[in-house]
Amino acid sequence: MSKHSTPNINGKGNNHVYTLQERFFRSHFWHSLKVDLVAQICFLVFILYVFMAIFAPLIAPFDPYDPVSIDIMNSELPPSWSEGGESDFWLGTDNQGRDLWSTILYGTRVSLMIGIGAVLLQAFIGICVGLIAGYKGGRLDSLLMRIADVQLSFSTLMVAIIVLAVFQASFGTELYQELAMVMLILVIGIAEWPQYARTVRASVLAEKEKEYVDAARVIGLSNTRIMFRHILPNTLSPILVISTVQVANAIISEAALSFLGLGMPISEPSLGSLISSGFEYIFSGAWWITMIPGAVLVILVLVMNLLGDWLRDVLNPKLYKD
Amino acid sequence: MPLLQVKNLEVSFALRNGSVKALQDINFSVERGDRIGIVGESGAGKSVLGFSILNLISRPGSITNGEVLFEGRNLANLPAEELRNIRGNRISMIFQDPMMTLNPVLTIGTQMIECLKAHRQITDENARKIAIQKLQQVYIPSPETRLDQYPHELSGGMRQRIVIAISLLMDPEIIIADEPTTALDVTIQAEIMELILELCERNDVALIMITHDLGVISQITKQLFVMYAGRIIEQGPTKEIINDAQHPYTQGLINALPQMTVRGERLQQIRGSMPSLNDSLTGCAFNPRCDHAEDICTETLPSYTASGGCKVACHLVEKMKNQEVLS
Repeated sequence: MSKHSTPNINGKGNNHVYTLQERFFRSHFWHSLKVDLVAQICFLVFILYVFMAIFAPLIAPFDPYDPVSIDIMNSELPPSWSEGGESDFWLGTDNQGRDLWSTILYGTRVSLMIGIGAVLLQAFIGICVGLIAGYKGGRLDSLLMRIADVQLSFSTLMVAIIVLAVFQASFGTELYQELAMVMLILVIGIAEWPQYARTVRASVLAEKEKEYVDAARVIGLSNTRIMFRHILPNTLSPILVISTVQVANAIISEAALSFLGLGMPISEPSLGSLISSGFEYIFSGAWWITMIPGAVLVILVLVMNLLGDWLRDVLNPKLYKD
Repeated sequence: MPLLQVKNLEVSFALRNGSVKALQDINFSVERGDRIGIVGESGAGKSVLGFSILNLISRPGSITNGEVLFEGRNLANLPAEELRNIRGNRISMIFQDPMMTLNPVLTIGTQMIECLKAHRQITDENARKIAIQKLQQVYIPSPETRLDQYPHELSGGMRQRIVIAISLLMDPEIIIADEPTTALDVTIQAEIMELILELCERNDVALIMITHDLGVISQITKQLFVMYAGRIIEQGPTKEIINDAQHPYTQGLINALPQMTVRGERLQQIRGSMPSLNDSLTGCAFNPRCDHAEDICTETLPSYTASGGCKVACHLVEKMKNQEVLS
């Protein structure tokens, strides 16, 4: 080495390369999680939900999709701790005699799958459109953003109701029930992509003025590569934040649609269709069929929104609180 | 045929109220191993010139006239695909601020390997080897470790070395350095300058150095272009211009430099500031600020007058010279 060698001012730290695990435990993310009790609880609850959803077939004492295990004589049994309850059915049964606990487990699974699936679709469309609009600019930008505005001017529920009702009417209820989950993912995914497109476009507009983009062009990289490899990773924090909120929104949309009878069929209930199916019985005293899945849904959505808020604070260095 | 030849280059920016010419009548050529300096105050068009060589002027600007011939091919109207092959590969560029030119979310290694892969069929492993070798060339200690680090983990001087290493990756013929040391402190500046000089000499690379620092440029470059309001107003061998500037603007620039040998005197300055490109000026763009301005200066645009080894765009060169001789 010659006179050019720079002294290593940072000492040992500079030569030590941290493993992924070490990086994680030294990160701002981990640190903020450690000091925030609400975030910790939300995180735990959310992980619990995901765990319940993934391992539903192992946890659930009954298989609610299997008609053989259902006995109509067991219908509308109250939870086991109240009068008239049976110890076999911890949270009671619904109007068809399905074990409510098992059905909720499976329903959470369905709700989460639709929520996450719809958000993945939204994110895919929205990120592509937002990146192209922001990076290319000009007429293409105006065109894409006007399309997004038009899409936004229809409310998600309205679009979903029209599409799902038309589908049901033209292809029959049977086919609809088979494809319900895919349809819900598609409809909610397509109806909400402008959220992503707008957020991504705004960040891209800020990022593309930075010198590293010029530098990437000087190196001779293609536009696609610059967009996806260089600019996209720099816009990830807002994307992550809206993703959490959007999953919660998608779950609510799905529940609303199911409540209106346009969502998941009762043979394969989501949390929303469970709430809906119990609604008719609420005045006959069978409160648990609606209230318990309702509480499960509310807690899930609340936890996701709180996590989203927390994530926004963590990922935005301008908002350091202490 | 020269390596790079710029002919009658004109760059305009289309604005709402008509277009504005940021560069006009730029003519020069670069040979292999040349070292050229471009000086001028802010807004003179130095950086635009650097970018237009690579045809990287972004909207609303564009090359409206003239040619940038690189090995006989005109970069001003080459298809995007072929242009990409030249950028970073044959001609590369170093920017002002190393804090900004490296992507903050990608490791040094990713950014270097990506550049190599954009231009050649190469395996990750071989690309890594080349990257390490280039980092060694710019005297980065323990280059293997650096490859896995992110830009924020490194100091400013170190980052600029890495930027230089990236610009060297493909062994380019020409490096355009756009104020490569402005964002660094003085001691690092000297190191980086020395490094660039050494690398250019060793690899026989042509260097186009854009700066407003006459001190830096006088030590490094052989040829000097002085720009004012989008034109080259004086060009010639660096030594000649520094020692005996002909154009009143260049004289003003040099007089404004602090001299170590003279004490107690106020620095001279050029009064006023550069005209906005929107102003429609007739004649020499420097005439409102020039102490020698005569009627002809406000009327016609000066053409180049040869004076020694230099070309000067000033009506009064001959006259001023004669006066000097007389006095």
